[in-house]
Amino acid sequence: MIELSGIRKAFNQGRDNEYWALDGIDLRIAANQVTALRGPSGSGKTTLLTIVGCLSRPTEGRVRLKGGDISGLPERFLTEIRRQRFGFIFQQFNLIKGLTALDNIILPGYPTGRPRHELLARAEELLVGLKLGHRRDAKVEWLSGGEQQRVAICRALINDPELVIADEPTANLDSHLAGEFMGILESLAGQGRTILLTSHDPLVVESNVVQNVVDMRDGKLIQHR
Amino acid sequence: MKLWIEKQRYLIDFTLASLARRKARNIGLLLVYTLLVFMLASVTLYTHALRQEAARVLVASPEVVVQRMVAGRHDLIPPGYMEKIGRIRGVQTRTARLWGYYYDAVTKANYTFMVPAEDAPAKGEIVVGPALERSRGLAANNGISFRSYSGKLHTFIVAAVLPQATELVSADLVLMSEESFRAFFDYPVGHYTDIALTVANPQEVKNVALKLSAALPDARPILRDEVLRTYAAIFDWREGIVLALFSAAILAFGILAWEKASGLSAEEKREIGILKAIGWETGDVIKMKFWEGMLISLTAFLVGFVAAYVHVFHFAASMFEPVLKGWAVLYPHFQLTPHIDGVQVATLFFFTVFPYAAAVLVPIWKAAITDPDSVMRG
Ligand SMILES: Nc1ncnc2c1ncn2[C@@H]1O[C@H](COP(=O)(O)OP(=O)(O)O)[C@@H](O)[C@H]1O
Ligand SMILES: [Mg+2]
Repeated sequence: MIELSGIRKAFNQGRDNEYWALDGIDLRIAANQVTALRGPSGSGKTTLLTIVGCLSRPTEGRVRLKGGDISGLPERFLTEIRRQRFGFIFQQFNLIKGLTALDNIILPGYPTGRPRHELLARAEELLVGLKLGHRRDAKVEWLSGGEQQRVAICRALINDPELVIADEPTANLDSHLAGEFMGILESLAGQGRTILLTSHDPLVVESNVVQNVVDMRDGKLIQHR
Repeated sequence: MKLWIEKQRYLIDFTLASLARRKARNIGLLLVYTLLVFMLASVTLYTHALRQEAARVLVASPEVVVQRMVAGRHDLIPPGYMEKIGRIRGVQTRTARLWGYYYDAVTKANYTFMVPAEDAPAKGEIVVGPALERSRGLAANNGISFRSYSGKLHTFIVAAVLPQATELVSADLVLMSEESFRAFFDYPVGHYTDIALTVANPQEVKNVALKLSAALPDARPILRDEVLRTYAAIFDWREGIVLALFSAAILAFGILAWEKASGLSAEEKREIGILKAIGWETGDVIKMKFWEGMLISLTAFLVGFVAAYVHVFHFAASMFEPVLKGWAVLYPHFQLTPHIDGVQVATLFFFTVFPYAAAVLVPIWKAAITDPDSVMRG
């Protein structure tokens, strides 16, 4: 689904503290499969996710989405791709405080112009699917970590994306909740969604749900299983 | 179109929810903002209405008024004075006038007693201005007595009340016949208060004044244009003082607005990043913040302006009394005629709403065009 070739990413380019977080990445992310990026902290996993997810641009190299080169597209098109094709589950969940669970979930639906009642119905359905229907009108800051993550998952799914991107999805969860997340992951995979996640949690990368594991170190790939 | 409406609805919904989240901050901002608009609007509405009134007074008044001076003080025009003026080129009409002030101990107010040039009331009748109608509860056909300076009580029948239109001109007027006037003030026969001259050509007014001074060394010609300039100077000066006071307030507001609106909190920056990351366009974010700014500034403008209108035209600008009133050249008490000037409203709008909108949008725009990848990191 996504092809990366010769991706390099520099931070603070041209300054004293110039740092190459990604240094020559060639990678194919297969459609309808679960792929995990594994590697020690600082190896560039999150940086790679931002590039795949069109949240930032590579300093060098190309990104192809379904064969089309998207690295040179203007910001507007990247935003549209993020909105229509990608769903993000951030490590810190990144919910908007003060809004209810439902209002958070429908946020990515606004720019699509889908009627609000339709969005709300869909959000409700997603929440119920994750056994969180009873918390729909709670302000998100009152939810527990596990509940917040499930709201974040619902938000990622509201526009029915092809690719779901999750950064360290079990890092903030205890083993029990991490196990529940793996269940959710399995059902998403079962729906045939493409999933790209980062993790160094054995519970995730060694699970049967994950078909491909990509190891990273110092901004480079080590092996490709 | 339907899509557009749906999007705007959603956006306004979201904006309201977002404003409600920062209730204390936004209410505080709204209060200060409204107060500022209220003060500025009060000053401009008030001075503008005053200017209008003054202009109306002067339009009706003659180009030149001749007073007679004795020992540096205004004195009566003696018999034969009119004839001494003789024919001066450019003067259209000469009218000897009778008027004077009367202090009413009952209402503790000054009235202007006057004999109109035309349509004077019949003997024993008077026509009163709206101020007397109010303060003494007068209506047509009522009787009223005034004690003259000589101590004698004079009773009059009110024939009519003057219309409200230009209060500054007519509020405290009492019109009566020449006979009643002379009897009331013990005015000697053949004497007058002053002489009004009408001059058709504005260019000639100065010449007329010079010739008058030459012909009658004890005459003091008062030119309408000079009075006009004096009024203008006083109005501008008063308005200047008040505006100078308020410029301090504006500055304070500017700083507050800048800090509250432009100093985007880390929280707000984060939220903008999240919205962009999940697929909001830069334009959507800016539109949302635009609605937010608009809701605050329009509410403040409307509430502030309406409050100022009520303050100036229904409560006679009571808050500014110490600074703006006490015009020696005008009447001590009057009600202003409501008047709104489009340009004035537009100016006020521009100077209050526009800076706020800019203060809000510039930093939002800066935050909204940056890459959203920072939301991936804590
Ligand atoms: N905005 C940034 N500016 C400078 N350096 C950064 C920035 N973001 C990440 N880095 C650096 O890039 C490297 C890779 O970071 P990251 O992709 O977050 O690694 P991982 O997710 O594998 O822990 C780290 O050394 C990090 O310090
Ligand atoms: Mg990371």
